[in-house]
Amino acid sequence: MSPLLTYVLRHADDNLIVAQRLGELIASMPDLEEDIAVANVGLDHLGQARHFYDYASELDPDSRDEDQFAMERSEREFLNATLVEQPNGDFAQTQMRQFLLDAYQVPLYEAMTASDDARLAAISAKAVKEARYHLERSSAWVVRLGAGTPVSHEKISQAVEYLWPYAGDLFYADDVEEGLAASGVAVDPATVRPTFDATVADVFASANLSVPDDPYARMGGRTGFHTEHLGHLLPEMQSLYRAHPGATW
Amino acid sequence: MPEIVTDEVLWAAAATVPDPEMPPLTIADLGILRSVERRGDSVVVTITPTYSGCPAVDMIESGVIDAVVDAGVAVDRIRVERVLAPAWTTDWITDDGRRKLAESGISPPRTLADASGQPGSVSVTLSGRRRQPIGDISCPQCGSKTVTELSRFSSTACKSLYRCESCREPFDHVKEL
Ligand SMILES: [Zn+2]
Repeated sequence: MSPLLTYVLRHADDNLIVAQRLGELIASMPDLEEDIAVANVGLDHLGQARHFYDYASELDPDSRDEDQFAMERSEREFLNATLVEQPNGDFAQTQMRQFLLDAYQVPLYEAMTASDDARLAAISAKAVKEARYHLERSSAWVVRLGAGTPVSHEKISQAVEYLWPYAGDLFYADDVEEGLAASGVAVDPATVRPTFDATVADVFASANLSVPDDPYARMGGRTGFHTEHLGHLLPEMQSLYRAHPGATW
Repeated sequence: MPEIVTDEVLWAAAATVPDPEMPPLTIADLGILRSVERRGDSVVVTITPTYSGCPAVDMIESGVIDAVVDAGVAVDRIRVERVLAPAWTTDWITDDGRRKLAESGISPPRTLADASGQPGSVSVTLSGRRRQPIGDISCPQCGSKTVTELSRFSSTACKSLYRCESCREPFDHVKEL
């Protein structure tokens, strides 16, 4: 695969997999407003994924379409960061996963709007508006849970502890990012990190949470080495398509 | 294509297509319809989605094709293109569109300020700062400005849910984007 196709799929897959996780929660959130919110945030991510897959399709020597990318690839071919495949867990874990992703996507997309690749610039100019809205919402939940009751504080603290190493995977970079960043196409994740860290520090301070000082990051997702959870997510997402390939209704 | 089908007729035809999620408004009212132009023998209609995941785009596309066919253009001469840039902004909703929203009990989006605090038309600033809306949200039923946000998301992705503290009616507000 060309570096650009790999890069585009890494971001397409982040959005598809988190959309699938959020979709699992539809009709089971604690209240109607949150149910609608989770569906809408998921829909934004699905739309962003589709824009990236559309572009990937044009870059792909086999011209695979969005359905083929989403439904015909196996676990080792998915290039999402391991953060987004982590299970929904409890409400605190769902919101913390979203917050860490949002805190990363806002500066990522902001930087991507200046890409020399007009297509990436256009996709991200649209996506950044949605990501900012997501970040406002997830930040508010992190603060509410962190500064809430002893129980909610305990749960969101556990979510931080569990998810933090996977958030590190968002900042993985290899010669794909480095080569494309040098030519003005990609965003070097290292340039996104200071804004991510500042957002986390700011929100965690309001939420009475401490930022983990363990630098360990569970890398691998961007090269197809996933946690066991993706192996359970994919069959559920893909089974209908694989049983009836090409079906329309 | 018949000579009689003028550019104005083509635009007017495409402009009648209702938005599937807010049917009182047309895609022209919402700023989704960007251009209608002739290229050689063909008519090219350009639309832009409101949100990345807007599920209505396919319906809008087929609505546009039907409308342009009704105006007298052969179906194989019509192409609908979707563009992402420049990204859609609620500032593109027309005055007519805002009036129709209010009449349907939906609070229209406020105008977004540019970096200098004035109404602007650039949707994403280079500094990455989110542009802030100008003014207050008011209840579409009674006009009161004493309103509370109940949920960041409402019946569709583009709306949030509010309650009026004066008349106690809940209402949808189109989020500034
Ligand atoms: Zn009122």
